[in-house]
Amino acid sequence: MNKKKMLGTPYFIWSVMFILVPLGMVFYYGLTDKSGAFTFENISAITSPEHSKALFLALLLSLIATVICLLLAYPLAMILCSMNINQHSFIVLIFILPMWMNFLLRTLAWQTLLEKTGVINNILTFLHLPTLNIINTPYAIIFGMVYNFLPFMVLPIYNSLTKIDGNVINAAQDLGANGLQVFTKITLPLTVPGIISGITMVFIPALTTFVISKLLGGSKILLIGNVVEEEFTQASNWHLGSGLSIVLMIFIIINMVISTIFDKDGEGSVL
Amino acid sequence: MNKKLIDLQNISKSFDGQMILDDLNLYIRENEFLTLLGPSGCGKTTTLRILGGFETPDSGKVIFDDTDITKLPPNKRQLNTVFQKYALFTHMTIAENIAFGLKIKNKTKSYIDDKIKYALKLVNLDGYENRMPDSLSGGQQQRIAIARAIVNEPKVLLLDEPLGALDLKLRQDMQYELIRLKNELGITFIYVTHDQEEALTMSDTIVVMNQGYIQQIGTPESIYNEPENAFVADFIGDSNIISATMIEDKLVEILGTKFPCVDTGFGCNKPVDVVIRPEDVILSSPATGRIKGVVTHLIFKGVHYEMEVTANGYEWLVHSTGMFPVGTEVGIDVDPFNIQIMNKPASEDEEAVKIDE
Repeated sequence: MNKKKMLGTPYFIWSVMFILVPLGMVFYYGLTDKSGAFTFENISAITSPEHSKALFLALLLSLIATVICLLLAYPLAMILCSMNINQHSFIVLIFILPMWMNFLLRTLAWQTLLEKTGVINNILTFLHLPTLNIINTPYAIIFGMVYNFLPFMVLPIYNSLTKIDGNVINAAQDLGANGLQVFTKITLPLTVPGIISGITMVFIPALTTFVISKLLGGSKILLIGNVVEEEFTQASNWHLGSGLSIVLMIFIIINMVISTIFDKDGEGSVL
Repeated sequence: MNKKLIDLQNISKSFDGQMILDDLNLYIRENEFLTLLGPSGCGKTTTLRILGGFETPDSGKVIFDDTDITKLPPNKRQLNTVFQKYALFTHMTIAENIAFGLKIKNKTKSYIDDKIKYALKLVNLDGYENRMPDSLSGGQQQRIAIARAIVNEPKVLLLDEPLGALDLKLRQDMQYELIRLKNELGITFIYVTHDQEEALTMSDTIVVMNQGYIQQIGTPESIYNEPENAFVADFIGDSNIISATMIEDKLVEILGTKFPCVDTGFGCNKPVDVVIRPEDVILSSPATGRIKGVVTHLIFKGVHYEMEVTANGYEWLVHSTGMFPVGTEVGIDVDPFNIQIMNKPASEDEEAVKIDE
């Protein structure tokens, strides 16, 4: 081993202890039953109505949240891109600032704000406006997902937008394209890697979340993340929890594969 | 002479309070190969971008074919641009790149296919239809950029330092290629460059610019042989620019020695600048020369020797096929018709600036 590789040793030890070993344990528990015998039951448990409903709901809500994030983020990224550097760093700061605060804390704050007798409804009542009853509904979960994961959509799209050479846009105009044609034929296709990596970075954490659904969805709405969490914490059935985690991992891997196909140069990624 | 196709009238433009173009007037004739030549920051690219519609002048008019197009957006103009770094659409094949403008104009598929074939043949890249831009060399990409522009049959092709990113050999080949293309297409080329050799090789007309002002407009020969001021003389080729006094018509005193020349009309005992090209300095034995000097540097350049000769307190730059070793005493002479007399700069704007080459 040469000296440069030696520098990687601490991380190597770290990744074995906290990534590879736990992953191995997930697979071990997931593929065995309580007696330790090999079984696929924990994985096929996803087909039970209760679990597949949670998975379907998680897929649906995170898909909706991803679409909303995309629709909000793209215009925002374009505005950021067209700004000069001074205005721009101010906006980016405003935008990034909340990200520095703990994500649990922010979600908890929204719980307080959205409650039936929470801050928002108090203000609405005071103004004699109808109250907002979205806490403990799927809408609140989607809202929480969008709120928490929007920056992860903006940054890669913004990144890929800034990489477009101004002359390429000029060239398209020069060849007769109007504003809309420049956008659909040049800007949008050139930012596909950014869009794909934004989608990945929003969809995966949204799909696997259990905190947002727990805090903003009450305990009535179960996403697949909540089911897994309950198996580990309440039911103490690590085997089933691991099995369902493996199923979730398959969805994540599919998403990653798609994003690598579209983003060969890694240009959309911000990490 | 062909008729005026483009007329720039009193164009001014500034960015962030900095004047880039100041009351520029310039016309371009049909079928002309016109080059805007100058150091970076002289306003040549801004002039081109105003022509292309990517910048709007603060004041002044752009007249194209007797119509005012000052406010017309780029997509409505009958001219096309070849950009400095090619600006190809990297997500499209070569054929799609070339077809871009034609598809927007809703041309038929067979018309577009014919045009792609024709354009690729014209730039010597037949068979490249399905390649991606990234897989082509710089020179090939530049030729695709040209093909993409010319299929739209523009009346004018704007070229913004198109050879700037290419290596020397390729640049020279492309110069001939561009001249051939211009002759085959029979359209106007407006070419922006800071490379004087490119300008001299290709142009019908050269416009030398500096700090937002036009310094001289003329044929390559007249720009080279009869620079109007020290800036032009310094920018185009190597030269000896010496302060001198015009004694009378056809007689100039350079560094204390009287030289016969051919220029008239500068007045008597008037301070002037003279330009003497290094290849026009005649070295001989000290006895026969008009001024005596000593060779201080000698470099072999292939075609000629480059020497520096100190004479009467001035370092003369000399190009000669004859070799005089360092330390040799030589005589310097110049034929009268090789002495170019120029007025001293009237304002600071005309002042020669040092150019990094």
